[in-house]
Amino acid sequence: MNMIEAINSAHRVMMARDPDVVVFGEDVGYFGGVFRATAGLQKEFGKQRCFDAPISEGGIVGTAVGMAAYGLKPLIEIQFADYIYPGYDQIVSEVARMRYRTAGEWTMPMVIRSPYGGGIFGGQTHSQSPEALFTHVAGLKVVIPSTPYDAKGLLIAAIEDPDPVLFFEPKRIYNGPFDGHHDRPVTPWAKRPEAQVPDDYYTVPLAKARVAREGAELTVLTYGTMVHVAVAAAEENGVDAEVIDLRTLVPLDIAAIEASVKKTGRCLVVQEATRTSGFGAELAALVQERCFYHLEAPVERVAGWDTPYPHAYEWAYFPGPKRMKLALEKVMAD
Amino acid sequence: MSEVDPTDRRNAPALSLHVPEPDYRPGDTPDFSKVVVPPAGAAPRPDTGAPARETFPLTDTLVRVLDDEGRPTGPWDPRLDPETMRKMLRDMVTVRVFDDRMYRAQRQGKTSFYMKCTGEEAIAVAAAAALDRDDMNFPTYRQQGLLVARGYPLVDMMCQIYSNRGDKLHGRQLPIMYSDKPHGFFSISGNLGTQYPQAVGWAMASAIKGDSRIAMGWIGDGATAEGDFHSALTFAAVYTAPVILAVVNNQWAISSFSGIAGAEKATFANRAVGYGIAGLRVDGNDALAVYAATRWAAERARGNHGPTLIEYFTYRAEGHSTSDDPTGYRPAGEAQQWPLGDPIERLKQHLIGAGEWDEHRHSELVKAADAEVRAAQKEAEKLGILPEQGRENIASMFDDVFAEVPWHVAEQRDQCLKEAGL
Ligand SMILES: Cc1ncc(C[n+]2csc(CCOP(=O)(O)OP(=O)(O)O)c2C)c(N)n1
Repeated sequence: MNMIEAINSAHRVMMARDPDVVVFGEDVGYFGGVFRATAGLQKEFGKQRCFDAPISEGGIVGTAVGMAAYGLKPLIEIQFADYIYPGYDQIVSEVARMRYRTAGEWTMPMVIRSPYGGGIFGGQTHSQSPEALFTHVAGLKVVIPSTPYDAKGLLIAAIEDPDPVLFFEPKRIYNGPFDGHHDRPVTPWAKRPEAQVPDDYYTVPLAKARVAREGAELTVLTYGTMVHVAVAAAEENGVDAEVIDLRTLVPLDIAAIEASVKKTGRCLVVQEATRTSGFGAELAALVQERCFYHLEAPVERVAGWDTPYPHAYEWAYFPGPKRMKLALEKVMAD
Repeated sequence: MSEVDPTDRRNAPALSLHVPEPDYRPGDTPDFSKVVVPPAGAAPRPDTGAPARETFPLTDTLVRVLDDEGRPTGPWDPRLDPETMRKMLRDMVTVRVFDDRMYRAQRQGKTSFYMKCTGEEAIAVAAAAALDRDDMNFPTYRQQGLLVARGYPLVDMMCQIYSNRGDKLHGRQLPIMYSDKPHGFFSISGNLGTQYPQAVGWAMASAIKGDSRIAMGWIGDGATAEGDFHSALTFAAVYTAPVILAVVNNQWAISSFSGIAGAEKATFANRAVGYGIAGLRVDGNDALAVYAATRWAAERARGNHGPTLIEYFTYRAEGHSTSDDPTGYRPAGEAQQWPLGDPIERLKQHLIGAGEWDEHRHSELVKAADAEVRAAQKEAEKLGILPEQGRENIASMFDDVFAEVPWHVAEQRDQCLKEAGL
């Protein structure tokens, strides 16, 4: 399965298992979503459980709050993460804090799915990586898969989680892993072991990182599309890097991070998002707080530039193997 | 869920949700006989200074001027001079030819994306004709007709589409997301609805400064569900802002029909009623009706009588964009069944009937538009197409984030150039 099919399969499994799961969002019903993640669900589960929503992200999230309050499990789609902002107030001020402000009387077991990230010629309003805006908010879990297998298992775990989960899907790798080389054809997922996705129920636990590549010289902390870029960069540059795919940003698998950095003594953090105040800054701070005496070089960051995402030059915006190479050289030089 | 099965709890019927569905889906034969099309000329025309309430009946009908034979009739007939109408026809034809060429350019891999306005050409073109040249538009991505009607160079439009060396937006925006202040065309946002309160704000500013210019905000039927739509109407109503708020109801928002935005329960023009502003519902495929209604609203705004919400009733004849395949959610031949016809054909028929046009001149016009668009395309392509985007301008990516480039952006610019081997 490619990542879209895996996500679709997670929906199908959970809608069948749990009659409280309802799916809605712009174009998700009859048509099955502009990326086809919800294809066939309305036909299979009926219009009461999978339906098109008005173009109102504030309305989508706000009504999901009411549904969760009733006892349903809304699984909603925001068509592009760039359009999550009209729903931002409901997510940040309501969804995130409901358990806390009511001392657990009301909880918000919902999943907000959204395709995010660039590399698809989407220009500045179809390419953003807004995860740090949500990791900064207390009460939200943030999950970002990097393979079809993980996407399905993590999404099922997110649906079963008692807390609200933001599930950002790296749309650049929906159809195949992307190593950052814009001039090379992308190989489809089908050829990869991570595309062996069981049809039925399984979970990949939240808050657990995955070692995407084992190594001894340097730890790369990353997530989403950048996992593939980082693995490719390590291989191309002959660096014995350990690439940690974080999978869940909040709560973070701090044990896995500490263990790896203490083993390798060097750390590079890689995010696709704009650099300043990105999630990578949090990772760099944590690593220096907890592993300072094990570090042989300063923690280095690779990120998108501090500009909006340009349409024409996205190949020079997207953090790719070249940016990785320069950073790897820098961390390894000390 | 609660421990008690809600259906056992009391002797009450089980509730159920209504999820609107369009009448026709792929494979069905569309039949629009349910769409009420009142006769041309039937709608009354209130004074432009009339209280908003007087327009409320007009939010439930359709202001129409051209009848089935292309004859103008009734109080909304703007009695335009033939020269103005021929200019409108020319602009509409140019837009259609332009759309076709650019659609093809996208299919040929010369750019990433394109959005046509096929079937909706009368709306932007006739509205532009009804506005003053220095009124300001806050458009969506389907009002390319505003730029064409105001004489914005086709080459410049194409350079934006190709993100090439001639693109005044330096390749930053998606194709079709034009911006041109001198032509009264505010920057297009990918975020739906945001331009609506902005149009109201521009109009409020014009009033604060005692100016005489007005603003026109544009939105699609689907995007009226956004909160920004409702904020805009509230502000416009509260401050009697000199603004025209247009809803282009082309029946579809990607795969969702207008019922998902509430069209089953009320017309989009009806929204005006709740805010106490003037509202008109107009045949969007009738260039003369579009002109007359827009002109009416402009006079009203200019006379300080406040805002007007206009619903232009039309049909999106093509896909939502080059990324969309509409046969996945609606019958393939639906556009041909649309009861309001084709806007270009209707204006052409009127002009021919009035003895101001003929088939020969029309085919000459189409040929001329085609030649003009082809020549512009040749010019634009000399400055590059998207996949050829070279390295020479990548440093420009770091300009305009702020007025001055701060240290961290400057550092990144250097790093980017190094990365690119420059
Ligand atoms: C805030 C926001 N949400 C979602 C989208 C994705 N989107 C782009 S166009 C579109 C449909 C808009 O339909 P409508 O307003 O009817 O305009 P039309 O395309 O029919 O002219 C959607 C959902 C977006 N661009 N912005």
